[in-house]
Amino acid sequence: MEKRVTFNGWLLPLCLIFPQILISAVFFFYPAGQAIWQSLFIPDPFGLSTQFVGLDNFEYLLSDKFYRASFVTTAIFSSLVTIVSMVPALFLAVLADRLIKGAGTYRTLLIWPYAVAPAIAGVLWLFMFNTRVGVVSWYLGQLGYDWNHVLNETEAMGLVVVSSAWGRISYNFLFFYAALQAVPRSVIEAAAIDGARFWRRFFTIVLPLLSPTTFFLLVVNIVYAFFETFGVIHTITSGGPQQATTILVYKVFKDGFVGQDLGSSAAQSVILLVVVGTLTVLQFKFVEKKVHY
Amino acid sequence: MATVQLKNVKKRFGPTNVIHGVSVDIEDGEFIVIVGPSGCGKSTLLRMVGGLETISEGEVCFNNERVNDKEPMDRDIAMVFQNYALYPHMSVRQNMAYSLKIAKLSKNEIDSKVSDAAQLLQLEPYLDRKPKELSGGQRQRVAMGRAIVREPSVFLFDEPLSNLDAKLRVQMRLEIKELQSKLGITSLYVTHDQVEAMTMADRMIVMNAGNAEQIGTPLDVYEHPQTLFAAQFIGSPSMNIIDAAVSGGIATLVSGAQLPLHSAVDARAKIGIRPEHVLVDEDGPLQFHVALAEPLGANTLLHGKLEGANDAFTVSLAGVHRVSAGGPAIRLSIAPENVHLFDPQHGGRLK
Amino acid sequence: MSDARDTAVIKNDPLPGMVEKKGSSLWLTHVLMLIGIFFVFFPIWLAFVASTVTQEAIVTPPMPLLPGDHFLENYKRALFSGVNVPVSTMLLNSLVMAMGIAIGKIIISLLSAFAIVYFRFPGKSLFFWMIFITLMLPVEVRIVPTYEVVAGFGLLNSYSGLIFPLIASATATFLFRQFFMTIPDELAEAARVDGARPMRFFMDIVVPMSRTNIAALFVILFIYGWNQYLWPLLITTEPDMNTIVMGIKQMFPSGDDTADWPVIMATSILAMIPPVIVVVSMQKLFVSGLVDSEK
Repeated sequence: MEKRVTFNGWLLPLCLIFPQILISAVFFFYPAGQAIWQSLFIPDPFGLSTQFVGLDNFEYLLSDKFYRASFVTTAIFSSLVTIVSMVPALFLAVLADRLIKGAGTYRTLLIWPYAVAPAIAGVLWLFMFNTRVGVVSWYLGQLGYDWNHVLNETEAMGLVVVSSAWGRISYNFLFFYAALQAVPRSVIEAAAIDGARFWRRFFTIVLPLLSPTTFFLLVVNIVYAFFETFGVIHTITSGGPQQATTILVYKVFKDGFVGQDLGSSAAQSVILLVVVGTLTVLQFKFVEKKVHY
Repeated sequence: MATVQLKNVKKRFGPTNVIHGVSVDIEDGEFIVIVGPSGCGKSTLLRMVGGLETISEGEVCFNNERVNDKEPMDRDIAMVFQNYALYPHMSVRQNMAYSLKIAKLSKNEIDSKVSDAAQLLQLEPYLDRKPKELSGGQRQRVAMGRAIVREPSVFLFDEPLSNLDAKLRVQMRLEIKELQSKLGITSLYVTHDQVEAMTMADRMIVMNAGNAEQIGTPLDVYEHPQTLFAAQFIGSPSMNIIDAAVSGGIATLVSGAQLPLHSAVDARAKIGIRPEHVLVDEDGPLQFHVALAEPLGANTLLHGKLEGANDAFTVSLAGVHRVSAGGPAIRLSIAPENVHLFDPQHGGRLK
Repeated sequence: MSDARDTAVIKNDPLPGMVEKKGSSLWLTHVLMLIGIFFVFFPIWLAFVASTVTQEAIVTPPMPLLPGDHFLENYKRALFSGVNVPVSTMLLNSLVMAMGIAIGKIIISLLSAFAIVYFRFPGKSLFFWMIFITLMLPVEVRIVPTYEVVAGFGLLNSYSGLIFPLIASATATFLFRQFFMTIPDELAEAARVDGARPMRFFMDIVVPMSRTNIAALFVILFIYGWNQYLWPLLITTEPDMNTIVMGIKQMFPSGDDTADWPVIMATSILAMIPPVIVVVSMQKLFVSGLVDSEK
């Protein structure tokens, strides 16, 4: 896709892209390449040299029960985060769409969590559920339920899911709201005349029309849950209890930085690379299609 | 002040030839209209003169100096684009001053040139507005103002009136022509509208599929079209074309009707007759069946077919004529000098 | 550019007797919205309350649900002494990092996008695909080797080390490219005829026309930079280089000591304020930029 109009000369454009190339080469391509390279080696016990092992690191990972558990944990975690952040967002967007006045104010208020870092969200929710001082955990205690996410794996997962999903509700809300606003009123009215009441209209007409947005958000939210939630996990559970909340990206950090197992960490990075790459390609392919609607 | 010479100018896009060799000498102050249907290459030709397209072969010269390799701004030209191309974030004043600012003129000089042009084009009340606040006609004037302030040697116009409504187009046509006469700047004007061409051109270049079919004054092209294409493109409603066998000064139509000619040609030919040259004549050789009558008041158009032929034939009669469709055939004749002959193979004019 | 869309998004012209918006269900809608907003805001509200009361009030649950009167005291303590480093220092670090990322990335990508759209040069396709690839990998995937590179340059515990790896992906270049492709060709030709050289065209025409996109991108990048957690965590070992978002976790004691909750909560609130201000004030602009650009 080339513009008809171009300026002459090749020196100027090369100078213009030079900063981008330099920074991307040094801080992106070289490290990415290193990650792939390092995944083929194991450091010796003393950390003085490395030994080439081919794809052994990968084989080991894929058969390691901890790594497989982490994969499952991540899958569960990202599905939950996606659902918990998309359903309320859609609900709120539907509500906002029905309003004429006040939609703007609600939108302003709902945008706030988008600006809050996942790590901070983690702190906020940790504070509410802290075993000693948390307001919510205290009230739960009054009602007879003993909340302890430090020991209870399900509670830990629940807490990190909600903390992660909380901020995403804003983001998803913005997109759903815009998409709902773009649904032609005439289509809704035609359906109403045909006798469809609100919920039927919603499920048979509006929801299908929202499917490009829904698909897009699904992919984006899954990528978010995979990567940007590191802050939440690190803040609240440090991957525990007993690695119940150790998602893949957290494991890369733990094995690579805390455990100093560079080979394994690099191999894990490469696997994540493939996962993200696939998701992004999927997303672009689909966005491309959407443009033709 | 400039004369422009095009010497066998050709253009290729990859392996495809788009312009097949156009040559013309343009006088200083002349208003040349390049006219033709969409895709004939007229804009490409204009842009080659302006330096926005490279020239594959041939030469473009200003004042007999080759300019093929010069950038647009070094050729001392100004261009008015079809979509005006006004800088949306700048005011009218800033749009007009931009090229002068680049040329590093002093603020005073810039201000005075801009206000002169604004006065000429009646843009003074709009100088501080942004393009999106202006109507189509006003934007067009700003585009011209931007061209005028540079006092260039050559003006280039790329279908500037295409985006305006019909009434505005008529008005702007006059304004442009007046302006150009007053300023006396050599101009090349591209359009697909043959009315614009006829009314504005000192000379026109009729283009078709990359060829300059005819170069001449409007009346020249009208009265002596050199090709079948030029004959049908200029003049509205367009010229009727009929097959005939020509021999001994007589053209014999398929129906057997015979028309007298001033021609020594002996061949099969396509003959052309303009609707407005047809005469109603009781003793005329042609019989015309009316299918539809369009009374326009000032003239009356009759559409139908000639006896024995299947091609559409149009007649234009001056004044009001109450003719209805499907009535008895009307007999018509043509003065011999108004019959044009064209070669059926290559469309060139036959003597 | 965003006006028409905003009008469509905000002002919803109903026809009389519109199907969707009748009487009592309108009240229900508002009520449900308010409940939703309550749930969304509660954590923030609670944190704010905690930042205005004393430590005792917090550690003897249940803590109060309305703000106390220790606002000034707690915030002063946070800003000037913090737990391991004054919060004001952390705020400054975050500000430098976020601004550096936002401004740096915008400048680099404007130039690159301009080169890609308006020029032909050897290696252009390769460059384009390079950019495309960088869209795919967030920094979390390349942390260990990037750390090694940064350490190798001696950039640990420095602003450069914080900023450069995070501007290496070319998302902004891609977005600007998409926008530049919509600028009419004739504008570039008119500028050329007017005598503008490429860089002049860039500064006088392209950049001003990109104002909306630049603003929206600034918001997105500022928030992205401000909210970074993993990367600053890795490369800052000295507490006075901590950014506020990553520094909060380090304010929690290890072992059994009780955390200084009022200060921690005050810090959380302080950490939230700048991004919230940026987002809310540029809201209109930013929302249409976000929704348009992601598509």
